[in-house]
Amino acid sequence: MSPQRRAYVLLAIIAAALIVLPFVSGSYVLSVATLILFFAFTGQAWNVMMGFAGQLSLGHSLYVGLGAYVAAGLFFHYGIGPWAGVWLAIAVCVAAGAAIGFLAFRFGISGVYFALLTIAFAEFTRIGFDHIDWLGGPAGLFIKVEQRDSWDLLNLRGTPVMFYFVMLALTAGAFAFCSWLLRSRAGYYWQAIRENEDAAQALGINTFRWKMLAVVISAAMTGVSGVFFAFYYNNLFPEQIFHISRSIEIILGPIIGGLGTLFGPILGAVVLTVLADGITELMALAGIEIPGVKQVFYGVCLLVVIMFLPHGIWPTIARRLGLKER
Amino acid sequence: MALLEVRNIGKSFRGLRAVDGVSFDVEQGAIAAMIGPNGAGKTTCFNMIAGVFAPDAGSVRLGGRDITGRRPHEVCRAGIGRTFQVVKPFPQMSVLDNVVVGALNAHARVADAKREAVRLVELLHLGAKAGELAASLTLPERKRLEVARAMATRPTLLLLDEVMAGLRPTEVDEMVGMFRGINRETGLTILLIEHVMRAVMALAARVVVLHHGERICEGSPEEVVRDSAVLECYLGEEAAG
Amino acid sequence: MPIDLVANVVIAGLLTGLVYGLMALGLSVIFGVVRVVNFAHGEMMTIAMYASVVLFAALGLDPLLLVVPIAAAFFAFGYVLQAGLINPFITRPEHSQFLLLVAVAIIMVNTLLMVFGPDARNVQTDYQLESFAIGPILFDKVRVISAAMAVATSAALFAFFKLTLTGKAIRACADNHLGALVVGLNVKHLYALTFGVGAACVAVAGSMMVLLVDVTPVLGPYYTLLAFVIVIVGGLGSMPGALLGGVLIGVSEALAGLFIAPSAKSMFSFGLLILVLLFRPEGLLGKKS
Repeated sequence: MSPQRRAYVLLAIIAAALIVLPFVSGSYVLSVATLILFFAFTGQAWNVMMGFAGQLSLGHSLYVGLGAYVAAGLFFHYGIGPWAGVWLAIAVCVAAGAAIGFLAFRFGISGVYFALLTIAFAEFTRIGFDHIDWLGGPAGLFIKVEQRDSWDLLNLRGTPVMFYFVMLALTAGAFAFCSWLLRSRAGYYWQAIRENEDAAQALGINTFRWKMLAVVISAAMTGVSGVFFAFYYNNLFPEQIFHISRSIEIILGPIIGGLGTLFGPILGAVVLTVLADGITELMALAGIEIPGVKQVFYGVCLLVVIMFLPHGIWPTIARRLGLKER
Repeated sequence: MALLEVRNIGKSFRGLRAVDGVSFDVEQGAIAAMIGPNGAGKTTCFNMIAGVFAPDAGSVRLGGRDITGRRPHEVCRAGIGRTFQVVKPFPQMSVLDNVVVGALNAHARVADAKREAVRLVELLHLGAKAGELAASLTLPERKRLEVARAMATRPTLLLLDEVMAGLRPTEVDEMVGMFRGINRETGLTILLIEHVMRAVMALAARVVVLHHGERICEGSPEEVVRDSAVLECYLGEEAAG
Repeated sequence: MPIDLVANVVIAGLLTGLVYGLMALGLSVIFGVVRVVNFAHGEMMTIAMYASVVLFAALGLDPLLLVVPIAAAFFAFGYVLQAGLINPFITRPEHSQFLLLVAVAIIMVNTLLMVFGPDARNVQTDYQLESFAIGPILFDKVRVISAAMAVATSAALFAFFKLTLTGKAIRACADNHLGALVVGLNVKHLYALTFGVGAACVAVAGSMMVLLVDVTPVLGPYYTLLAFVIVIVGGLGSMPGALLGGVLIGVSEALAGLFIAPSAKSMFSFGLLILVLLFRPEGLLGKKS
């Protein structure tokens, strides 16, 4: 079987398994699966900026938070459902991303300085939102949880199964979208910019415009994940959602799974969430409950991958399975 | 008819006048060369033409249009392709994909760009390595890749910056034959910076000589190698006498 | 707003700022020479603070004395970290190095969380509440001592780099990596030494800081960012710049806390970072690269 064929077969098997999952597993597994999909989706969104266009953002929690607060705020104050609210959320995230991108690229800020800039914006916003009382301030914004037995897709009020399928659809959509992006002109141009920006410019690539595109797409997608976050968890606190640990959680999946690849973020999300939950479960069984263990585990994973598998787990696995990417 | 018209360009770097009042034309369909000792300002001229930085003074016109001070990607879209003195491949992309990036400048669809890339990869004798990563190429191969990539952008003017450096004489002859062929068949105008005189004499119809940032001579290769000012700057005063 | 209140706040900010400056100095030295962005800098500071707490509780010795063993330990730790973990990464792409230290930082913060829990700890010396007055200004004894220690350590650092042979060798490495290798300097060893020296600075700063504020694990990321703000504002690679930046941040934080709201303190620092990154990325005293 050709590598291409094998990839499709694998994809079909996984898709089937994912669709069947809610009907064969309990609520705990379902919630873990939803979380995995959430991180896979958000990780994929971040991957567009870093893995595709090579711009390291350590402040992506900004977009999750903005998306979440805009949609939740509209619902809380005006009863506007998430399907309408998401558009404003996307617009706000696009504006924020465009602002950061414009400032960074116009002034030639890249690499570590760019990462610091993104951190600064996220932190600035985190503290700022603590002072926005209209959105709940530091005490948080709460959306009423109701109608847990039936599916209200319009307002995203419903059963865990509904949320699972919404997240699954989003993740599948992100996967398809990124796959298309990679094969298009954008994919070639972003990689060229990543590899050597001077050479890319000499080949007619308006690197400013293409970098901005990556930033904006990444921000928009992450904003959508924020909207989901708001309606799934039903409570938002600036301290939590804009926090730098959120930003780091987002990047762990793609880095461990494989930067710039399609499956990387998904694989990374699976590995991290499953292992982390496994550890928490084991510890709970042993009666130990220490905050911070999960994070140490994440740190160690990141360390090991950076040191020994800088391209992530996925490329190695892909080779073993006889698949080829792209 | 002149395709490239360079008029009085100049550039200073922190007080050092690297290029001063340089003017020359390159005829459509011709192959011209720019020579001169190291530090003469040749690459600086290229960089001004290609838009890497804007000249402090003077103008650059391509096909009658003023492109002075335009940015590199705009210059490429206007029709100038260039290679770099220190080659800049995209190391983690395949040889073919490197050229596809260039071809996308002239083709809207990726499929068309790929086809063009395949053609150019064959032309530059890189067909056997088309699927390999650019990082795995030898230096001569990287230079050919650089040329293929620049040509893929469908330029009307190709700027080659010391593309023969580091090549063995047989490799130089191969490259010369290839450029001659391309120029003959497609009429592509070529301006090259070269130290390898073998290539200059074989390729160029006109030669411009730079020294200390100024143009000291211009003419056919035979005229230039006999010019006293040129001999002086290369070989010293005695040789000029 | 009475002028002596403002003056007092400014002085307090200035003195704290000198301690910040020492912390940032360590970062500047590391980045200026080894060119590694030490994202675990604040975490190291926090560890130093906890070390002071633990040793003080166990031995009852004055934190000023504890500075010596803590700094020595940190020097060794920094040396080993650079030699063992980071040196192989010098040739790797920038974001790889950065993420390596992000990982180290994550492990450090959360290990602290596991060991000490989230509650605040501090050191209580007898002279903590003493102060003396010069005119209308009230000087906290601890602040003056901490600031003096910071200045003394910085002076020692300047002397090391200007006057000793090793210091000059390190500066050579910073100026020209390849040249240093060619001349026969053991660059790897010198890098490790530099990291050790930077870590020792942080250790001193931390031991002093714990006299002024309570320590919790989450201070780690906060101090890392603060160190970066200071170093970037003051100028990357400029040692006096780090101290100047520290003082500026210390004073502006204090004033922001006074005039706006305590929580606005850090917001101001981040705003400043954004502005500096955009308009004067080489900082106040740095050199344009």
